[in-house]
Amino acid sequence: MRKLILSFAAIALLAAGYYLGSNRQAEPTVIRVPAQPKAEFASSGGAEVTTATSAPLRSLTTPTSGEVILVRDGESIQDAVAAASPGAVIKVMPGTYKETVYIDKDNITLSGVIEQGKYPVLEGEGVRNDAILYSGNGTTIENFYITHYKGNGVMGQAGNNFVIRNNVVVDTGVYGIFPQLGKNGIVSHNILSGIEDAAIYIGMSDNVDVVFNQVFESVAGIEIENSRTALVEANYVYNNTGGILAFVTPGLPIKTCGDVIIRNNFVIDNNHENFAIPGSIVANIPPGTGMLIMACDDVVIERNIITGNDSVGIIFTDFSLATNIPNDPESEPNPNRPKLLDNIMRDNGNSPAPVVRAFLAAQLETRGPDIVDTVGMDDGCINHRERYRTFGLDKYTECDIDTTANVPSYTLAEPVPPRGLENVDIGKLTYYGVCAGCHAYGTRMIGPPTQVIQALYMDDPAGIAAYAAKPVKKRDDYPEMPPQGHLDEETLLAAAEFLLKLKN
Amino acid sequence: MSAFLRGLLCAALLLCARSWAGEFTLAAHCPPGFELVDGHCELRSLYQQYASLQSAGVGGLKTGLPAWRDGFTPQQIDLGRYLFFDPVLSADGSLSCASCHQPERGFADGLPRSRGMHGELLARSAPSLWNVAFLQRFFWDARAASLEEQMLGPLYDEREMANTPQALLDTLNGIDAYRSLFAQAFPAEISPDSGGEDAPIHLQQVYTALAAFETSLISLNSRYDQYAHGYHDALSAAEIEGMNVFRSFVARCAECHTPPLFSNQQIAVIGTPEPAGLPLDPGAQTPTGDASQRGGFKVPSLRNVALTAPYMHSGRFASLREAVAFYNGGRGHAVPPGEQLNIHWHIWNPQLGEHELDRLVDFLGALNDEGFMPQVPTRLPSGLPPVHNDPAVDSGSTGE
Repeated sequence: MRKLILSFAAIALLAAGYYLGSNRQAEPTVIRVPAQPKAEFASSGGAEVTTATSAPLRSLTTPTSGEVILVRDGESIQDAVAAASPGAVIKVMPGTYKETVYIDKDNITLSGVIEQGKYPVLEGEGVRNDAILYSGNGTTIENFYITHYKGNGVMGQAGNNFVIRNNVVVDTGVYGIFPQLGKNGIVSHNILSGIEDAAIYIGMSDNVDVVFNQVFESVAGIEIENSRTALVEANYVYNNTGGILAFVTPGLPIKTCGDVIIRNNFVIDNNHENFAIPGSIVANIPPGTGMLIMACDDVVIERNIITGNDSVGIIFTDFSLATNIPNDPESEPNPNRPKLLDNIMRDNGNSPAPVVRAFLAAQLETRGPDIVDTVGMDDGCINHRERYRTFGLDKYTECDIDTTANVPSYTLAEPVPPRGLENVDIGKLTYYGVCAGCHAYGTRMIGPPTQVIQALYMDDPAGIAAYAAKPVKKRDDYPEMPPQGHLDEETLLAAAEFLLKLKN
Repeated sequence: MSAFLRGLLCAALLLCARSWAGEFTLAAHCPPGFELVDGHCELRSLYQQYASLQSAGVGGLKTGLPAWRDGFTPQQIDLGRYLFFDPVLSADGSLSCASCHQPERGFADGLPRSRGMHGELLARSAPSLWNVAFLQRFFWDARAASLEEQMLGPLYDEREMANTPQALLDTLNGIDAYRSLFAQAFPAEISPDSGGEDAPIHLQQVYTALAAFETSLISLNSRYDQYAHGYHDALSAAEIEGMNVFRSFVARCAECHTPPLFSNQQIAVIGTPEPAGLPLDPGAQTPTGDASQRGGFKVPSLRNVALTAPYMHSGRFASLREAVAFYNGGRGHAVPPGEQLNIHWHIWNPQLGEHELDRLVDFLGALNDEGFMPQVPTRLPSGLPPVHNDPAVDSGSTGE
């Protein structure tokens, strides 16, 4: 009870702040007709992305080699993945596939075949964890119907250059589509519903476009979390608890969220009851929330149609909403530099959720606003502010831009290279990182000294590589060498060449 | 060895040490996993061919490493090795660093909570030292920001090695062999002004050498790593199944125990139980004073975890199987009544099957790699015998 009173007092205090800081009388609308065009949008994260004049828009594709593997109903998709080489296209015929598919290879296209509306169905039966896991560099996942998994529909773990499109994800666990820790990807034309956290969740990733998806009846429609340079455009997001979210979640190893453009989406009637897992962060979202920006910086919200969200159209806030998370001093809580450009907002706030109602009551209001900034940021901007019912935007100025149209995509003009670092001497890394466990230059360790090997093989690195892959016992005074066939031929040869050149 | 005998040995220490001066020379080559570059040892790993998002060193299979410490000289690392195993660092010569960080026990001690100088139980369990080169924060409650800061704890805590800075310095300066070894390891600090070869040892040199040795303990060549680098036959079917449970969004292990280190190095409140009769350990709340972090502990790396039972900060779980089963018990199931903890959002009720818990244990075993195990010195510059594998230390003199 004591806690309840305290939090009520906090709300009252917050409201008093607004009351004192703002004139409750509506100011007369100032009619302005701009004499000259505004500045061009400059995204601090946009330096390396496609611009309107360069490569074709969203041209990212997974490279193919011509290898095609066909999977028929009754066969295993995973067997096909195991047999596939990088560049393979795995075509999956309509049917029901009861498995978890994991792709730990580069450049794999996993492509369903849809015949007269019949999809290949990945069926979790409520017992399997995730439908598809991928970690490779270059992955396409398309044309699947995914349902009844306990965890995620599609989950990426540090896979770059991903394309996840044209999938239907229904009633599947925690996240529908969840690329995590990846760079450069497209999530487009998917239909998702019945997800108990975020239907589309971009987590700790960079350079991702989330476009043309239909997302409904989930707790969170689309969530951008601890990610940078993300474009959320032209999605149809309706009847979720919260429509579109951009978050910093404290306590994650990558601490920032920023340069997020949310543009041209339909964010409609997001009034679904919150059926999130207790303890999850989205369990805090009030039903009826169109957009929720928590601590994420440089978010531009442009030309969305945001209607019928019963609590509020757009909330900018800090971590005060997420009361069940420990503080993280390394996470900066404010939603810095918000930009609001010409959104269409109607019928929001008609039946606020209790937590929002309490907030409103303290301000002698009953109807939820179109836009609220609970922090009261002083570096925000809004165009045509007279159109909206707002709280906490008193310090917002007129934006110096009209549009972000000059950033048509946040995906990269050139895909992330398969190995992220160039100029790496793989022979050296292998020699010191693996071989040196048993061999030192002039010292006897577990195996003979490198000098001795040099004397034996002189100019025959291939001989060393072949021996290391399949060693035989040669010396009575040393233990038999364990085979190093886990290293591919190229790597073994590079290590052998490095070893022969070594001088100390 | 009885405490009495050990005491005698300590009394005889200076005489013994003098006679051995000059018998020790420090390695001029780097330990495995390091390249000698301009006299300094630089880490080399196959993971250095990969990038990581925002250079954070967290991700999936082919992901670059978190930031690390290297650049010590071979001599500093080797001197650190002698110091690490030398009980002369403790007040009465009975404990070395290795007493609680035993090489053959994954550089932990196999105890639920470590035992101090007089056999008493300490507050928490000894963490493994493998891969500490990659850690940003030390101690279970993350209260130290460097190894040098961390080691002041055990060296000078009266329940642990119970030394004092002055006594440690006096002891080391009184041992000719160490005087000589420190001069080899820190030649730049030897000058006519400082007394030449006879320059006294500084505490900072002791800390540097210990940190140099500890950061040389690299374990990145497990069978899991072979899989990660692309050799998929390195893991058995059961281990791959376990890996998929591990990284699934049902078990969610990889969300905090994130490859390649198998830790995201964050503080997490997960609500594990204490051993019977012990109150809740407030964890990170104590150093930060932040009540929202009550019960929070640093996410430990899982590399070589199968070698370091028992588990959790106070060793409540005797086996890995019990440890993984904790996460299947439901959110907050072990939080004492009356405690309000901000349990991490990934702690939920995953309803994993018993066979999935078994497979998780299988997979965790595939993270073992002791290929770069350092050599334990057979003789120490102090003349004391190494004590860390002394059964008397393991069993302790006081019963539980």
